Amino acid sequence: MILQPLFFYLFSFVCVGAAFMVIAARNPVHSVLFLILAFINAAGLFILLGAEFLAMILVVVYVGAVAVLFLFVVMMLDVDFAELREGFLQYLPVGALVGIILLIELVLVLFGTVVAPETVATGAAPTPPVEEVSNIAAIGALLYTRYIFFFQMAGLVLLVAMIGAIVLTLRHKEGVKRQNIAAQVARDPATAVEVVDVESGRGLSG
Amino acid sequence: MNAFFSDYVLPGALIIVQSAVLMAALLLLIAYLLYADRKIWAAVQLRRGPNVVGPWGLFQSFADLLKFFLKEPVIPAPANKTIFLLAPLVSVLLALSAWAVIPVNAGWVVADINVGILYVFAIASLEVYGVIMGGWASNSKYAFLGALRSAAQMVSYEVSIGFVIIAVLLAVGSLNMTDIVMSQSVGLGTMMGLPNSFLDWHWLALFPLFVIFFISGLAETNRPPFDLPEAESELVAGFMVEYASTPYMMFMLGEYVAITLICALTTILFLGGWLPPFDFAPFTWVPGVVWFVLKVCAVFFMFALVKAFVPRYRYDQLMRLGWKVFLPISLAAIVVVALVLQLTGWGGVPAAG
Repeated sequence: MILQPLFFYLFSFVCVGAAFMVIAARNPVHSVLFLILAFINAAGLFILLGAEFLAMILVVVYVGAVAVLFLFVVMMLDVDFAELREGFLQYLPVGALVGIILLIELVLVLFGTVVAPETVATGAAPTPPVEEVSNIAAIGALLYTRYIFFFQMAGLVLLVAMIGAIVLTLRHKEGVKRQNIAAQVARDPATAVEVVDVESGRGLSG
Repeated sequence: MNAFFSDYVLPGALIIVQSAVLMAALLLLIAYLLYADRKIWAAVQLRRGPNVVGPWGLFQSFADLLKFFLKEPVIPAPANKTIFLLAPLVSVLLALSAWAVIPVNAGWVVADINVGILYVFAIASLEVYGVIMGGWASNSKYAFLGALRSAAQMVSYEVSIGFVIIAVLLAVGSLNMTDIVMSQSVGLGTMMGLPNSFLDWHWLALFPLFVIFFISGLAETNRPPFDLPEAESELVAGFMVEYASTPYMMFMLGEYVAITLICALTTILFLGGWLPPFDFAPFTWVPGVVWFVLKVCAVFFMFALVKAFVPRYRYDQLMRLGWKVFLPISLAAIVVVALVLQLTGWGGVPAAG
């Protein structure tokens, strides 16, 4: 059992280091790449905990989709680094204020949290061995029974956000010829081609 | 000390040997799939294809390998050097690492994990990074355009691949690759009273999803007709335009490993993995791994034919196909499959929980 702590420290150190580099890196693209490294190491920590489903979902959703979009946006930015550093001192007080507020909140959360007695009991219950209940089945059984309301609400919120994004970006310009695939496929020689016997020496219009 | 030896050293060595054997076999297979790809393409166009190196050109891939190794690696001056060299490495390592959970026969798998199919899906969704990093680090407009296209394309088609996989998982009731194959030993054919045969596999029961998965697989691996990230008629060579020598070869290798991965995934999800097409002699005498490789090659043959036959898609049509055609169909398919399974009680029983 020496490998588990070994891997724990490996994943943890790389994760914390990468997280630090996310804010320390000068180049925003490097920041996103370090963020990806942090995500993958967090997935490794989940696997050490025996939560392989969460680890895979973390990789699929955050690394495979969210970070790709981050990278997509960041790559398109034309960042002028000299200009960025110029405004640094000007924004420092505001940034520091926000940072301190967040830190205070984190400390409050850490020391002022009350755990529901019910949850303590659940946590104290022995974890069934992996051979009996896979954690996918365990998550599914909980998510679709006890937390079904929150699950569906989350889905609804995402749906609203999606519709909002579509409404904001969808524009139908007048006078633009749009492709109608069904109409194109449905064309046949009778409607598409007209055979005209043109008299020699005269145009069609004549 | 003895326990340490039997707990760590022996299993570790076993895993290393298994991985090495799998990788050697995979790379040899890819050398000849590449050759087959070019030969099939040539045959469609009434050309001869590679025919000079070795008998019938059989050593062409190895000659190419040697050529790529001996060429000078060129790194453009304005490129971001670390990421430029990291990109092909990421591409090939990710593609190879997904093979760890692919079972080629009953029990012949390096890591038989519970969430096998999710792992492959996760790795497949990461493969876009090799392309994006390479395109961005090259610091060239063509490469960058290729990277942007590929990012949008791969993310779009992952959605329909994910839904198709979910529909198959509903029918199987497990995320383990071995379970997915074994669940196909009985199916539509045995329900009609026939003996175990290729009619039991999912390709028949889930035929529309099989087609969607195949086409999405083409798009996911940037194969023609969806090879817009490297469209040579407009973007020169897309994201790999600045690459030469060994880094270029690694991109190419990563691409072909990803293609064989999709072929293997199609085989496992829809074509019964290593199961023989008829469950009686002489078909059962052939070892399962041979059936597996044959099926992978058959799927690859279809990939090669599509490359030779179909002209490249226009970009907006590619997006339309992914979002407006495949996404609604695969979403509806999940509902239909779930409904049928619920009403009839067919399919696998999910693990207890």
